[in-house]
Amino acid sequence: MTAPLRERADSRIEGEEPTVRLDGVSKIYGQGKNSLLALDNVSLSVHPGEFVCLLGASGCGKSTLLSLVAGLDAPTAGRIDTEGHKIAMMFQEPALFPWLTVSANVEMALRVQGVAKRERQAKAAEFLEIVHLDGFGAKRPHELSGGMRQRVSLARALAQDANVLLMDEPFGALDAMTRDLLHDELERIWRERNLSVLFVTHNVREAVRLGDRVVLLSSRPGQVVEHFPVELDRPRRTDSTAVAELATTITNRLRQEVLRHGR
Amino acid sequence: MAVDQAPPADTHAQHLAGLDALELGGGERHRVTSQIWGRLWPIVLAVGLVLLIWQAVVWSGRWPEYVLAGPVETFGVLRERLTTAEYWEAIAVTMRRAVTGFAISVLIGLVVGALVSRIKVLRAAFGSLITGLQTMPSIAWFPLAILLFGLTESAITFVVILGATPSIANGLIAGVDYTPPILLRAGHVLGFRRLQLYRHVILPASLPSFLAGLKQGWAFAWRSLMAGEIVVIIAHQSSLGERLFFDRELADSAGLLSTMIVILVIGIGVDLLFETADNSLRRRWGLQQVRN
Ligand SMILES: Nc1ncnc2c1ncn2[C@@H]1O[C@H](COP(=O)(O)OP(=O)(O)OP(=O)(O)O)[C@@H](O)[C@H]1O
Ligand SMILES: [Mg+2]
Repeated sequence: MTAPLRERADSRIEGEEPTVRLDGVSKIYGQGKNSLLALDNVSLSVHPGEFVCLLGASGCGKSTLLSLVAGLDAPTAGRIDTEGHKIAMMFQEPALFPWLTVSANVEMALRVQGVAKRERQAKAAEFLEIVHLDGFGAKRPHELSGGMRQRVSLARALAQDANVLLMDEPFGALDAMTRDLLHDELERIWRERNLSVLFVTHNVREAVRLGDRVVLLSSRPGQVVEHFPVELDRPRRTDSTAVAELATTITNRLRQEVLRHGR
Repeated sequence: MAVDQAPPADTHAQHLAGLDALELGGGERHRVTSQIWGRLWPIVLAVGLVLLIWQAVVWSGRWPEYVLAGPVETFGVLRERLTTAEYWEAIAVTMRRAVTGFAISVLIGLVVGALVSRIKVLRAAFGSLITGLQTMPSIAWFPLAILLFGLTESAITFVVILGATPSIANGLIAGVDYTPPILLRAGHVLGFRRLQLYRHVILPASLPSFLAGLKQGWAFAWRSLMAGEIVVIIAHQSSLGERLFFDRELADSAGLLSTMIVILVIGIGVDLLFETADNSLRRRWGLQQVRN
């Protein structure tokens, strides 16, 4: 598995067209004196079946970048090309609809696709099973714990049947054990469905645990600092020495970035 | 590159199930009787206090008995009236008017609210007008209503609708405006656009605000109706408002007060219905407030 990953890690590889391509993308919020350059000339590609982790300090523009890719907002400059791929997104919060049951929340993703009601219910149950929430379909989102809500959110994103999955710190608020379990689940699903994933986190070990490539962003403005290919065999463990070593390297680079700002 | 092995997949399910069981715990349920009593005793206390003050004013002798009847006499008359068919017919007429007027208001309020919240030009044109209408005292509409419709039930219904509709429309508009952006974004990412987004995300999200609008609309409808029934007296059709009017004409203080009690009780009863609906919605959405 190591060799093809190394190739994918190079964003300029010929042949395979990237599923997501950002070309000199900038985003400015506000106008005049109060304007803020959130992203500055960011170029980045995600290739078919590639798992890319975006790493950066809080406020460096990671969520902004995902919003742009999802088409929720328009870039101030530059181009974003998703080649007509269907895009699913998991937000930093679970973003579930409180008036719907857990199952109906997942079904919302199928409703748009025009799936008939009977089939919707059956499919939603399948997706809930994938995230190990079978039997919780009739509950309301607020009756679940934070981690379970995030899993519902994941099930809903998976139900969209997209080939690009954007995830914004999906496991940021979870305890270490639940997070480890969800990492394994996500990795399994990503492989089974050959998804292209753009995964935002500020947890370096999480990025190394999951990514084929870790992209480091700087703060104010958000710029791509460096790409780190992760050439470790899967499945990886967050507490393994190999992961820890690479995480230390990346953390040091990240620290340099932060210090550069301190001056 | 040696990497530690992850645990096999089937144990994950067990781990997660174990964690979930820990997280959920058993929900506590209050007993229904103690719940009802908990809500009832403050009401009983308040009613008792009001009756006491009322009796005290009567005893003070500020007004003669035929102008201000005491509670005992009033409730005697009320009990008597409630045994007659005519009185129940009067109540039925009033309730029919209220329900019809309110139902039409809901329909119009929904359509107007949906259009105004959706279409920019309409919002600019009618947004503040609707709020303005809300502040218009309903009694001020009656001269016009009587000119237009004569002394008929239509005149009353007309004013009831004008009283209730703005609140209902405004409730919906506010709900649409305050739809949480994160839910809009989620709907957008799921692929909902325009009308579909409106129907599946924005409308349901505005339900709590719409319900508040309904409740306020009902209060306005009920007030307008009482004003209307006192002003527009229709021959051979007894109603609660008309009863008030004639009780005053006949200086029947106990009768007047007993009808006022009926009006108050109906108003409170309907308000309780709305509150129940609101509470159940809050429970289902997980919007309960922090208990302190
Ligand atoms: N709608 C907005 N209007 C104005 N400024 C914004 C808006 N959204 C984000 N910003 C600003 O853009 C910058 C990047 O925000 P963003 O949410 O993308 O950061 P982030 O990397 O996701 O941070 P975190 O890790 O804390 O989630 C921040 O400085 C933020 O204040
Ligand atoms: Mg963010």
